[in-house]
Amino acid sequence: MTRVYRIEWVPGTDRLRGICHCGAAGEAHDPVSMWQWLLAHPAHPAPGDLRPGTA
Amino acid sequence: MAFVRNQWYVAAYSAEVGRALLARIILGEPLVLYRTSAGQPAALADRCVHRHFPLSASQLDGDTIVCGYHGFSYGPDGRCVAVPGQQRIPRTARVSAYPAAEQDSLVWVWIGDPERADPGLIPRAPWLDDAGYTTVRGMEPLAARYELLVDNLLDLSHETYLHGGYIGTPEVADTPISTEIDQEQRVIRVSRRMDNAACPPFYAQSTGIGGRIVRWQDIEYYPPCLYVLHSRVAPAGVLPRPDGTDPDGFHVEVVYAITPSTETSTYDFWAVARDFAPGDTDVSAFLHDSNRTVVLQDVEALNMLERVIAAEPPGTQELSINIDTGGLAARRMLARLAEESACLPAPVP
Repeated sequence: MTRVYRIEWVPGTDRLRGICHCGAAGEAHDPVSMWQWLLAHPAHPAPGDLRPGTA
Repeated sequence: MAFVRNQWYVAAYSAEVGRALLARIILGEPLVLYRTSAGQPAALADRCVHRHFPLSASQLDGDTIVCGYHGFSYGPDGRCVAVPGQQRIPRTARVSAYPAAEQDSLVWVWIGDPERADPGLIPRAPWLDDAGYTTVRGMEPLAARYELLVDNLLDLSHETYLHGGYIGTPEVADTPISTEIDQEQRVIRVSRRMDNAACPPFYAQSTGIGGRIVRWQDIEYYPPCLYVLHSRVAPAGVLPRPDGTDPDGFHVEVVYAITPSTETSTYDFWAVARDFAPGDTDVSAFLHDSNRTVVLQDVEALNMLERVIAAEPPGTQELSINIDTGGLAARRMLARLAEESACLPAPVP
């Protein structure tokens, strides 16, 4: 399996949607917390655990 | 952020490396570059072991650099082959030789443990040396840390504000991006697809397209050094054909090599390769001058930003938003590479 992490900008919104190579997907309001969630693989936090991050 | 060692970096364009000695400082290490009589690029430490006189300020005699101060002479492998006035050459009389490789009209050098230098790891930019493309290029020194240029190139929404009238139009900043980190291929991709955008002068004058355009910006960044923007423009509504061919599109490969010189200076190598108007000198001159203007706009902005950041207290926070998704990915990968590089065992002396 290729280890590709992907972040899409959800059309028509300000939200980001992250898709891990393992198939897990989550949404966030900012790229810092989105990358933190993705790169936590395989221990992706539950969606409700996403917190705004800082660069 | 620390330098990323044990990597290949662009030291020069092939055309810059010849029988004259060329000085470059890369990751804080002074290098002298030249081409041997067999045509191979050579890169040595730019300091004579004797009194540290710059070898780049010396002379070539065949393939040997003769120090311009006292005549210590070095072959392309860095070994001293002659010292003045005596037969015995001291055992420690050698300068470091850097692995060098030439590919795609670029001269790459390996900064790190020479034993780990694998030319197969050099990322490709084949358009720069492809007869089907016409290329213009240049290099601008940047008085800023290389990370600022990475940030700049990974987020092209700044084109709208910093490069309006050249390559920026409102649609660039207004169009959402998609971003990928490919850990195995070690590449970051950022894609922005504009279906119906104003045509900036850079493309209107070079392609002759009069109305609105389809504009695709597909970035591939191979940390730490190579950045490629695959740019496709075509009249609005014109897409590649179902079989994947794209005879109606105009393709520009915008290549940057981001080579750290010191902690606060960078070589900003830029090239623009196009598959249209082949050999047209007017189009070439226009694209060269336009892109150089754009690069100099970045240089001015980043030089200013470097001064600001250097004066800030440590830990000063930034604010990142959606447009920064690619830049943040690059920072993470660079940090990981720097960490891995620092953890490698030191070479055996």
